[in-house]
Amino acid sequence: MDLVQLIQVADSTLRLSTPLLLACLAGLFSERAGIFDIGLEGKMLAAAFFSAGIAALTGSVWIGLLAGIGASLVMSAIHGLASITFRGNQLISGVAINFLASGITVLVAQAWFRQGGRTPSLEGPERFGSINLPFAEALSGVPLIGPIYSEILSGHTLLVYVALLLVPASWWVLYRTRFGLRLRAVGEAPEAVDTAGVSVIGLRFAAVAICGVLCGLAGAYLATGQQAGFVKEMTAGRGFIALAALIFAKWRPWYALGACLLFGLLQAVAIQFQNIDIGGFIIPVQFMDALPYILTVVILAGFVGKAIPPRAGGEPYVKER
Amino acid sequence: MPTEGSQTAPAIELRGISKAFGPVQANKDISISVMPGTIHGIIGENGAGKSTLMSILYGFYKADKGEIFISGQKTEIPDSQAAIAAGIGMVFQHFKLVQNFTVLENIILGAEDGALLRPSLAKARETLTNLAKEYELNVDPDALIEEVGVGMQQRVEILKALYRQADILILDEPTGVLTPAEADQLFRILDRLRDEGKTIILITHKLREIMEITDTVSVMRRGEMTATVKTAETNPEELAELMVGRKVLLRVDKVPAQPGDKVLEVENLRFVDSAGVERLKGINLDVRAGEILGIAGVAGNGQSELLEVLGGYATATGTIRMNGEALDLTGTKSDGQSRRDSGIAHVPEDRQSEGLIMNFSAWENTVFGYHLDPQWQKGLLMDNAAIKAEAAEKMQRFDVRPPNPRLAAKNFSGGNQQKIVLAREIERNPDLLLVGQPTRGVDIGAIEFIHQQIVALRDAGKAILLVSVELEEILSLSDRVVVMFDGQIMGERIAAETNEKELGLLMAGVSGDAA
Repeated sequence: MDLVQLIQVADSTLRLSTPLLLACLAGLFSERAGIFDIGLEGKMLAAAFFSAGIAALTGSVWIGLLAGIGASLVMSAIHGLASITFRGNQLISGVAINFLASGITVLVAQAWFRQGGRTPSLEGPERFGSINLPFAEALSGVPLIGPIYSEILSGHTLLVYVALLLVPASWWVLYRTRFGLRLRAVGEAPEAVDTAGVSVIGLRFAAVAICGVLCGLAGAYLATGQQAGFVKEMTAGRGFIALAALIFAKWRPWYALGACLLFGLLQAVAIQFQNIDIGGFIIPVQFMDALPYILTVVILAGFVGKAIPPRAGGEPYVKER
Repeated sequence: MPTEGSQTAPAIELRGISKAFGPVQANKDISISVMPGTIHGIIGENGAGKSTLMSILYGFYKADKGEIFISGQKTEIPDSQAAIAAGIGMVFQHFKLVQNFTVLENIILGAEDGALLRPSLAKARETLTNLAKEYELNVDPDALIEEVGVGMQQRVEILKALYRQADILILDEPTGVLTPAEADQLFRILDRLRDEGKTIILITHKLREIMEITDTVSVMRRGEMTATVKTAETNPEELAELMVGRKVLLRVDKVPAQPGDKVLEVENLRFVDSAGVERLKGINLDVRAGEILGIAGVAGNGQSELLEVLGGYATATGTIRMNGEALDLTGTKSDGQSRRDSGIAHVPEDRQSEGLIMNFSAWENTVFGYHLDPQWQKGLLMDNAAIKAEAAEKMQRFDVRPPNPRLAAKNFSGGNQQKIVLAREIERNPDLLLVGQPTRGVDIGAIEFIHQQIVALRDAGKAILLVSVELEEILSLSDRVVVMFDGQIMGERIAAETNEKELGLLMAGVSGDAA
């Protein structure tokens, strides 16, 4: 593997990690508040379609982005209504959202565009362009730092940088603000929050709404940043990988960055090195493609150690006397 | 000039509070009035409506009828926020703390000064230092809740209320989880709070606490306030009668024991738990036929593990002999079934998870563990008709209410659940009965019945090993008492010749024999 390949892998790691990171942070807010969310996948998918679809119809990626976030928020609202207001089973509600998104995106795509459940290819202002960081040109000649800065960090779309900045932002919100304290408390001991005179329901809906916005960003990035348009089931399990990363990260923002970069790296490697030839034996491309998923299972099964989920996670809050 | 006494409005006054849940009238036309700077006790059996009343006061429930006055002002309390604003603080029986937060974080939760935490925490730290000094409420502000003991957790709960400037403090069964020494400390704190002019409402079912610390006491029975009296003008017998509605024997009526042969002999019993901690460090004891051996100790000093080993669901090393025959302590012959076969019956400490299957009906629960006995078989099937008939009879004999064998175990009250377990185990006529916390969460009326059954079994010449964290129960029921501390036996006493103070010292690990 030479330097060029290394840079390419690093570059695509960042690109591929972004949707995972956004979804992972989305899940983090939701689960820290005690609402398990296996519907990340469905929210991303809905956001991916509606951002691409609306961008294609209006010609503006920004309106598309808003539509994507809106679609994801609607899904969040359904999840919140089912699991917070009506105290339903959070897993079932999440599964339902995944099914709903999977069906509705293709259905609406076919009705709007008649291209077999996809959107037209997005061009120009219909998708996010790449941004060159300042001095990227000037620094490109500097050894080591030059390639890292100008080749790897620079030249991504806006949402990549947004996702990276959201890591310290999430940490700050969770650990340095009143809202964060209450949010963490409501996932651990909602009765403590309730008896302190703070609304459990309000906090949990706020968390689910944040989750919706972040999933919206993740989906919009997939369809209008990383790719140029929506195709059927384009999230391809990323919502579940983000969940795995969340557990691997023990529900912490900085660990989430690390976990998502690792999963992104696995995907990047799979794309970069297809058909590896080891002494005459060629590792099939299918194996390389499956690698991230296999390692998801392996990591979760063996390397997580003791990951303690938020204590009140998954349990609807019922006031006891 | 009016005198101060006649002018002071009650700190809290309830007028005609009623609350129904469906057909159940939890509170019926309740009126009380508590003067500032006093401690008012509310006593009553489980389900008498004490907790409902306090939940109304703290904004958890809305009363169907009635009014609340705080310092003479009519006050609506629709939610906890309003209760806090009205100066009411509540210390729940089950603490409402976030386990992985620090003491300080728990105290400011919901009462932060601004959107950012840092200034709130700094201010709270200062306030906390002052409060700690003023009321002797010592806590470590930076300790995690999950790492401190229940005594400190309770102090955190009290501090939470004081931090919110509560003038009225409601404590719900505060001593249930405390050692006698911790309870004494709590009472000193409550005394101090009263002296500072705070009003305290103490909810409990322990008569001793009421007599010890309250100024006035109200008794609740079946949702009604049956009496409010000055504590100095009443006595435990009268209060018990008001609670239950009939005369209650507070003392266990029993003749001196006539111990026979050794039924159970335990030698050098050691047990290491899954975390590698040695929970039993060489236990030696024996129980004779016709006597009750009480094991006293603060919860978590190895009593539970001892019961588990004796009951056959934990493996150990050492020797246990039953009627002279050694029992297997490991392997396939060390399970509940083989223990039952050797004449041991077990009423476990946690009846809801170990004693009963809560979703199964009472009749199923009355044979559980003995369901393989030939008398319940009919060919390949179980003889359900016979089991049901027998269950109905057992439930009659043990006064289980309602006496309906088809009702699921979870639908009985704590005392009646315990009676179902007792009926199952005692009716088998065992040589040795292991009893863990027989009256935890059980009404005073049912306690009397359960104690009588245990004594009756003793008088029938059976051996009984009783584990309880209630010293009163140990002292009144046992013939001999051993005290466990840190997996060891600290000492043995004759129940009639010792007292709570002496046992309390042993329970705290102070060896009376060495002194």
